[in-house]
Amino acid sequence: MVCLVSSFWSLSAEEWTAIALSLRVSIVATLLSLPVGILVGYLLARGRFWGKSLLNGLVHLPLILPPVVTGYILLILFGRRGPVGAFLDQAFGLVLSFRWTGAALAAAVMGFPLMVRSIRLSIEAVDVKLEEAAGTLGASPVFVFLTVTLPLMLPGVIAGLILAFAKAMGEFGATITFVSNIPGETQTLSAAIYTFTQVPGGDAGALRLTLIAVALSMTALLASELLARLVAKRVAA
Amino acid sequence: MTLSVAIRHRQGEFLLDVSFASERGVTALFGRSGSGKTSVLRIVGGLVRPDEGRVTLDGDILVDTLRGPGRRIDVPAHRRRFGYVFQEPRLFPHLTVRQNLAYGRWFSGRATSRADAARIVEMLGIGHLLDRRPATLSGGEKQRVSIGRALLSSPRMLLMDEPLSALDEARKAEILPYLERLRDELDLPILYVSHAVAEVARLADRVVVMADGKVDGIGSPSEMLGGLAEASGREAGSVLTGTVSDLDRDAGLAVISLSSSRLMIPQAGLVEGQSVRLHIPARDVLVATVRPEGISALNILEGRVAALEPRGAGTVDVAIRCGLDIIHARITEFSMHRLALVEGMRVHAIVKTVALDRG
Repeated sequence: MVCLVSSFWSLSAEEWTAIALSLRVSIVATLLSLPVGILVGYLLARGRFWGKSLLNGLVHLPLILPPVVTGYILLILFGRRGPVGAFLDQAFGLVLSFRWTGAALAAAVMGFPLMVRSIRLSIEAVDVKLEEAAGTLGASPVFVFLTVTLPLMLPGVIAGLILAFAKAMGEFGATITFVSNIPGETQTLSAAIYTFTQVPGGDAGALRLTLIAVALSMTALLASELLARLVAKRVAA
Repeated sequence: MTLSVAIRHRQGEFLLDVSFASERGVTALFGRSGSGKTSVLRIVGGLVRPDEGRVTLDGDILVDTLRGPGRRIDVPAHRRRFGYVFQEPRLFPHLTVRQNLAYGRWFSGRATSRADAARIVEMLGIGHLLDRRPATLSGGEKQRVSIGRALLSSPRMLLMDEPLSALDEARKAEILPYLERLRDELDLPILYVSHAVAEVARLADRVVVMADGKVDGIGSPSEMLGGLAEASGREAGSVLTGTVSDLDRDAGLAVISLSSSRLMIPQAGLVEGQSVRLHIPARDVLVATVRPEGISALNILEGRVAALEPRGAGTVDVAIRCGLDIIHARITEFSMHRLALVEGMRVHAIVKTVALDRG
């Protein structure tokens, strides 16, 4: 029995790789999209410019499109022969298609609407009067943002980060369409589970990885709750 | 230290057209709500860009729209170095009181010395609050911290927008003495917006009365707030501010427009549009309950009795409010009883003499 249990929990090298890859893809995707998410959230919350609705629509598109469609659009744009992909390859030697970097891009795009939405709401909740007061005390707009707006919107930023991270961990459709399912390169946790379900006798492996996915997501959620509570205590009016 | 303001600004239907200068001490912008006081303060503070005009502090141009297209000057709020105290305290909730106070010092370049900082903290009585967070302070404490925060940014001038209006009477009474100390102990000009007579009377050295987006008069609190001007060596009476609206050269008379009424005085080299101050001795004002006819006096103003104050020796001072102006009449107690004068009663003030006040 003990032997059975321990053998159930002994992960194969391939499974470890899938977990490590998922974490790497999700962390890179989340951290790189954070500054862009803050910028776009700020523009949508405060900006008054032509094409704002268009930007808003574009950001939210991955939320309403089938993930496969988003993945296919990424493939067209960022594939080796795609307009953006070809440029990135020639200019920086950066290849996205069928690489883990592409998986990170797909995860970032899919999580982006969730992150922006959370950040935008938190910026809208910041009292403009406080920013005005900071200005009269001599702070330039950049410093007002860094010392007043950003600290006050921090709970929303953290929530956005966690949502995007969770989305990245679970992303499947766009990833598999854009970068396929290559073990060791683009086979993330979700893709590995999918692969297990497609082969006879893969049930144990699928269940193992499923439990690990649940544990990782729960940990992230709890960590964010804790962090948000700590920050809220500092910021609370 | 002279702040000079001359601006025109349209906000929807409301037109602001204001010019005045303020010097050291406390200058109050006084008027009912909706008269444009706060808008003027926001323009001076750089929070609103006026349509046109000039704002200067000594030689320093803060706003100048009259230099031709593309050459407009509009110094942003954070470079004006004006301390601004708002109606609400607007403390930063994520910082402690100490950090709130220090906020402006990060940017002011020449930080206030430790001794100055300690003096301001002591003067406002907020030393025991330094390690607390704004959420735990009372309304009055918050507003004191907010005043301290503005002072510690080493401003060239302090702008205060009804800093007491959000507080109840007890809190007001708590803060007013601190404001008086500030005025008396710091050499800092203050522009103070308020609609409360008591506050302005207590704090201001100079009052700019505003109505409907325009300046209605500028003078000392006693003149502008309708108090009795009993300057030494001068007869008790009323001081009124108006503008010359018309000149009748044939009759040799000038028409002076007050807030709601007009007075005629000998022309005496006046120019149309000129702002003048008039002195009306209280002994030269008669009171009538009906409009008199067949009388030689040129100036009969209609108003209501605002106050009846005994002045000793059987005399009474009757304050008659005509629009925003108050005219004082000195009559006998006997007359008061005979006319059955009570506060609020509609009366006519018959003005026998009006003197131009060239003080």
